Amino acid sequence: MEHFVQYLYIVSAALFILSLKWMNSPETARRGVFAGEIGMLLAVSGTLAAHQVFNWQWILAAFLIGTAVGIPIAYIMPMTAVPQRTALSHACGALAAALVGTAEYYRSVRSGQPLHTFEMVALVVETLLGFLTFTGSLMAMGKLQEVLPQRPITYPHQNLVSLTLFAIAAGLGVRLILVPADTWIFPVFAGLALLFGVLLIIPIGGADMPTVIALLNSYAGLSACAMGFALDNKLLVIAGALDGSSGLILSIIMCRAMNRSFSNVLFGAFGQIQPAKATTEQRPVRTASAEEAASILEAAGSVIIAPGYGLAVAQAQHRIRELFDNLMRRGIDVKFAIHPVAGRMPGHMNVLLAEADIPYDRLVEMDEVNSEFAQCDVALIIGANDVTNPAARNDKSSPIYGMPILEVDKARTVMVIKRSMSPGFAGIDNELYYMERTLMLFGDAKAFVGEILKELPARVGVRV
Amino acid sequence: MPSDLELGLYVFMLATFVGLEVIRKVSPLLHTPLMSLTNAISAISVVGAIVITGAHGATTLSKVLGFIAITAAVTNIVSGFLITDRMLKMFKKRGGK
Repeated sequence: MEHFVQYLYIVSAALFILSLKWMNSPETARRGVFAGEIGMLLAVSGTLAAHQVFNWQWILAAFLIGTAVGIPIAYIMPMTAVPQRTALSHACGALAAALVGTAEYYRSVRSGQPLHTFEMVALVVETLLGFLTFTGSLMAMGKLQEVLPQRPITYPHQNLVSLTLFAIAAGLGVRLILVPADTWIFPVFAGLALLFGVLLIIPIGGADMPTVIALLNSYAGLSACAMGFALDNKLLVIAGALDGSSGLILSIIMCRAMNRSFSNVLFGAFGQIQPAKATTEQRPVRTASAEEAASILEAAGSVIIAPGYGLAVAQAQHRIRELFDNLMRRGIDVKFAIHPVAGRMPGHMNVLLAEADIPYDRLVEMDEVNSEFAQCDVALIIGANDVTNPAARNDKSSPIYGMPILEVDKARTVMVIKRSMSPGFAGIDNELYYMERTLMLFGDAKAFVGEILKELPARVGVRV
Repeated sequence: MPSDLELGLYVFMLATFVGLEVIRKVSPLLHTPLMSLTNAISAISVVGAIVITGAHGATTLSKVLGFIAITAAVTNIVSGFLITDRMLKMFKKRGGK
């Protein structure tokens, strides 16, 4: 039986890889989830069958509680809260790894058969990453849920304090590896790792959460991987490595989309450096009413909508879908331009729009859509700000200079639905709003799109 | 025979390369469901937690830590797979409604 389960693990590993492979297209993605579920089922039932499992009451109770908690989370969670759920699940995954590592450490010390050095190395890496990812993810979740301040929390010599703390934790980890019997070190080591996780995340601003979530994903994966080394379980190594590389790729994509480096995200405390620039002089902008906006949209041949998270905050997704349907029925080509950091985690905006029944073949990624703005009649910006700011291209002194943007300013007419002239996450003024071709539509996104819609059906009626 | 450590490192290295190649091809459309899926998959660490909790002569400490670990991992498995599927169901092509 002990051997048989190893073969089951191999099948599971193959299913996990297939599962991720099928995520490459929305058409096969649900098959991917199914493959993952089967892989999980095989591995878990194989483990339960192969080992002579004692204390099954504990295990059964944990399974029941986990299921009872997991189901409502999956079904009740609104799509806007998916980033928080993701942060929470990184915390859970990391906690599981850290606690298994802790239990394994104390078991080996008690049994009087010290672990091999390499098992101790794996165990120390597992618990260090596990504990710091646990508290770090909880902090990220707090920021996303807005129970913690979105702005970076900073104090003098912050990076020095954090790095010193990490160095002490790492030093204690090395000491544990060399002298595993020094049990007093372990709680101190764990405590420092937990504290470091908090200190790592509090100086990071809300705008950087997409990168942070991806990075924490990577850490959680690596701690599961280290658990695989500590327990000599190859399936854990593989699943952890897959999760770790996924988090790594996503965080690289997020960093690139903001033109930042890892160290800059982690140690830069972005979003607090530019205090005054926005309040220079009042410059004139052109505004338009819903009626004017409707007639411009009606006359257009092609429209590209650039959505930002503000759209979800205003709960305007379904109104946007109505506008989309209305314009498409008139034969107008409507697309959505999706910036990689448009939502609060990688790919978030796509999910928010898909939830509102906007077909996914109309959601176009930034690199593909940018060449189309020059031929497009109207660019309609809803709830997005910094990702449309031409200063990223033109103004070398701008803090967002070099960041890839949606080149909405190249469209023949630019319309921006916005509550007021207040600056975005990065705290900088947007040149776009002062352009000749730009019309500002001031108001709440949901209400304003509703107003536009009111103007549109009436005219369809006249034509029919 | 290579040691367990060497074998483990080979497995790790190959799995990382496979992971990087496979994930790179995932459509950016699906990056959010991808993250919840990999999350559910890496909760396979429940296997380790079962072994620790169910070991013969496990101490109370082991049982308590293992219990929390299993609960956390199972929560991730259940909510991860279900929410991924819930999200993927929302992605529809035109004319498909």
